[in-house]
Amino acid sequence: MKASEPWERAGDKIRLQGFNLELWKYEGEPGSLIPLLQAAQRDYSYIPEAAIHYISDIVGIPPAQIYGVITFYTQFRLKPLGKYLLRICNGTACHVNGSKLMGQVIEDELGIGVGQTTEDGFFTVQSVACLGCCSLSPVMVINEDTHGRLDPRKIRKILKSYQSAG
Amino acid sequence: MKQVIVGMATCGLSAGAQKVYEKFEEVIREKNLPVTLKETGCIGMCYREVLVELQDGDGQNYLYGEVTPERVGEIVESHLLQNKPLLPWVVRGPHPTEDDSFFVKQKRIVLRNCGHIDPNSIDASIHAGGYHALRKALLEYSPEKVIDEVTGSQLRGRGGAGFPTGVKWGFARRSAGDKKYVICNADEGDPGAFMDRSVLEGDPHSVIEGMIICGYAIGAKEGYIYVRAEYPKAIQRLRQAIAQAEERGFLGENILQTDFRFRIKIKEGAGAFVCGEETALIASIEGRRGNPRLRPPFPAVSGLWGKPTNINNVETFANIPWIILNGAEAFASLGTDDSKGTKVFALTGKIKRGGLVEVPMGITINEIIYDICSGMREGKQFKAVQMGGPSGGCIPALMGQIQIDYAQITKTGAIMGSGGMVVMDESTCMVDVAKFFLNFTQNESCGKCVFCRLGTKRMLEILERITEGKGKGSDLDLLEDLAQKVRETSLCGLGQTAPNPVLTTLRYFRQEYETHIFDRKCPAHVCSPLLTYTILPNCCTGCGRCAKSCPAQAISGERKEPHFIQPEQCVKCGRCFASCSFGAVFKD
Repeated sequence: MKASEPWERAGDKIRLQGFNLELWKYEGEPGSLIPLLQAAQRDYSYIPEAAIHYISDIVGIPPAQIYGVITFYTQFRLKPLGKYLLRICNGTACHVNGSKLMGQVIEDELGIGVGQTTEDGFFTVQSVACLGCCSLSPVMVINEDTHGRLDPRKIRKILKSYQSAG
Repeated sequence: MKQVIVGMATCGLSAGAQKVYEKFEEVIREKNLPVTLKETGCIGMCYREVLVELQDGDGQNYLYGEVTPERVGEIVESHLLQNKPLLPWVVRGPHPTEDDSFFVKQKRIVLRNCGHIDPNSIDASIHAGGYHALRKALLEYSPEKVIDEVTGSQLRGRGGAGFPTGVKWGFARRSAGDKKYVICNADEGDPGAFMDRSVLEGDPHSVIEGMIICGYAIGAKEGYIYVRAEYPKAIQRLRQAIAQAEERGFLGENILQTDFRFRIKIKEGAGAFVCGEETALIASIEGRRGNPRLRPPFPAVSGLWGKPTNINNVETFANIPWIILNGAEAFASLGTDDSKGTKVFALTGKIKRGGLVEVPMGITINEIIYDICSGMREGKQFKAVQMGGPSGGCIPALMGQIQIDYAQITKTGAIMGSGGMVVMDESTCMVDVAKFFLNFTQNESCGKCVFCRLGTKRMLEILERITEGKGKGSDLDLLEDLAQKVRETSLCGLGQTAPNPVLTTLRYFRQEYETHIFDRKCPAHVCSPLLTYTILPNCCTGCGRCAKSCPAQAISGERKEPHFIQPEQCVKCGRCFASCSFGAVFKD
């Protein structure tokens, strides 16, 4: 992974590559830690360690405390995502309509569990509490595309279509 | 001018509204038709998505349901060009349809504009009455009069707890402080609830207007909307609406040429259910871990950055402009003695018509399920309705006569909650439902209080044991005892209400628990370890997929011949059932 890390060392400073300058507009405003972390994650798909130190310098909050905030909120990730983020909804409506079974099918098809990324870095599987389109349950979202009224057969077809599209 | 309006809220979009919109765009351009294409928010009929409203030359409105890109050409050809509406696809129009009953018992205050106006246009909102209430409040009413009006309407907080909104505003007004804040809680986290999202996506200006009026009433100059990051569409529409309101002078300095000023900022939540609790939400806006703190002091005295703060839910704010415009009495004339006005519900589960409805308080559960939602799917029996999400409970079908009213719902052991209603039939296992919600709260517990952190975990383990067929006779008493302690020793609403799903299912469906424990059976055929799996020879094609999926090598059979399961080897994981495309695996 080292080669693709989005930062470089310049002397004793760590420099982040391609850092979104939008980040800076929060400077000095109280309560900006979470928006800063969200911006970092938007840029990198996860929060690189260097970003924690970088943000710590901006807001004056120790890295350990920032780590505490990161791990508190489910939105934040400390590891990069696969090419496709597959979120399986486990809201109430999806649950009573069989989301557990759908999760199992996905697990079997991809060979990974919730919270894991396939070895080829293709799929990351996450479980979310509710995607808010309950009338389509059970539902999964792959990147931005919602797939509703799932059944095992449909899931296999959908996964195949992503795999063959590359 | 003819118009085509596509429902583009999240539910519509997930059903494919974007593609339908693009198809209309393409066809209209190709044929060079004099037709305006617009988008709108959620009209509530999620079960008929994608919905497209067509206003034809005669000024008639036709709402088409289940529109696909393939149907677009036909609709344009027949209705727009030849003026012949395709009545079989029309779900609402000048002629009666079977879907009309979905609207008959509804009363729309909060959703007055949802699905009717273009949420991207402030002019559409103003045209529908938007910001008229702000004008009235600012130019005709003193802040005290605004609070009197809201108090007089007897509006209660729609976030779940139902505290009288006017009284809350009064506290914040009377608190001394150089700076005060208004916060809109849009951290809608209950699984199975999407009321707030629909309002924010379909009519963001009403919420913003409600917040400005609140700011005027309590003496605040700054407002925050704390909205779930999982609602990108709502966030985008809010940002746009705030920018438009600033441009028109409804936000900023000297609003409507008065000396009142007010600004609104958006804070995106980062995914923590507990942040729906007001003190945790404040901690989150301040950039900290979302741990709740002891109250008092209440936020009205010491809230965001230690300043007096008023927090209300999206739906509460959306009610405010209507109350100011129509008067407290008009609002208070709706509903029961205890609960006034209307309530929005997100209906999901095993009903025929799932969607977003707004009903007057006092309507019965049966009326919602049978009259509005047209009863259960697949001819099944209504068993229970879950209200209030993870903090709520299951109300059994026998109590369907109960009125929607804060006091009545609380009496059942459930809560009104923010408005999620999940309807269940006989194929839903109540022990599994209790386990589902407890799993959720256990995951979302912030960990501050011991019983909430560990007690819910232990309760979950007991439920897992029961659903795996390892339950003991003493488990139910132990569950009740733990539930009581979690409720009594937790600091915030999350912990105090976490045992509700378990307690209500124990109260109304104790027998189902006992069947799991003593007979080792799951009557609803949900809890896999308690089931027996067999393969139906006449349905099996011998494809071998089940055998491949079986982790215990319990399935054998020749290729293209019916397979069978060795019961003594079967670990009852249910994978064969999931893997079969022919419905040949049978569970009992």
